[in-house]
Amino acid sequence: MITKEEIAKIIQEGLPSSQVDVRGDDGHHFEAIVVSEEFAGKSRVKRHQMVYKALGNLMEERLHALALKTITPEEMGN
Amino acid sequence: MSRDVQAEIKETVEKSPVVLYMKGTAYAPMCGFSGHAIEILKACGLKDFVTVDVLSDQDIRAGIKEYSSWPTVPQLYVKGEFVGGCDIMREMYQAGELQQQLAEFATAAS
Repeated sequence: MITKEEIAKIIQEGLPSSQVDVRGDDGHHFEAIVVSEEFAGKSRVKRHQMVYKALGNLMEERLHALALKTITPEEMGN
Repeated sequence: MSRDVQAEIKETVEKSPVVLYMKGTAYAPMCGFSGHAIEILKACGLKDFVTVDVLSDQDIRAGIKEYSSWPTVPQLYVKGEFVGGCDIMREMYQAGELQQQLAEFATAAS
């Protein structure tokens, strides 16, 4: 089991300039919206890989289902 | 003789134009994300695409994550290239991009 607060903290540590909003209360299924300047000019795959890298082994070991949305502050304004 | 899983995956994704690595099968997906990926491919007008059930092969299940540097399944490959997982497929579909990329393989009118 893991909490949304833990997930948000880990993503934020890996991507220091990001804003992270994690939802989900059942301990298994989560949805994360990550907003970061660092995503600018990068493909969707690359962006998700950056978040997965921040999460490290967590995806393998404790986190089964994380729906991911990765956007830049500019895209959020649209 | 040890099995070269990476070479096997490369061969699989290059042999067929559209390949989905998933949990379960197109008829019986074993995970909501995999089921959703199938729905998206069907919505793009695809009838014939290859699926690989990672649950039936632990070597492939571990190997596919390494192949794409992507920790989750499903994973979509088009013409040998990794396109993305379920969330990216959904975003691309909503933007109309996935239909475009798959148009040449679509068999049903959409």
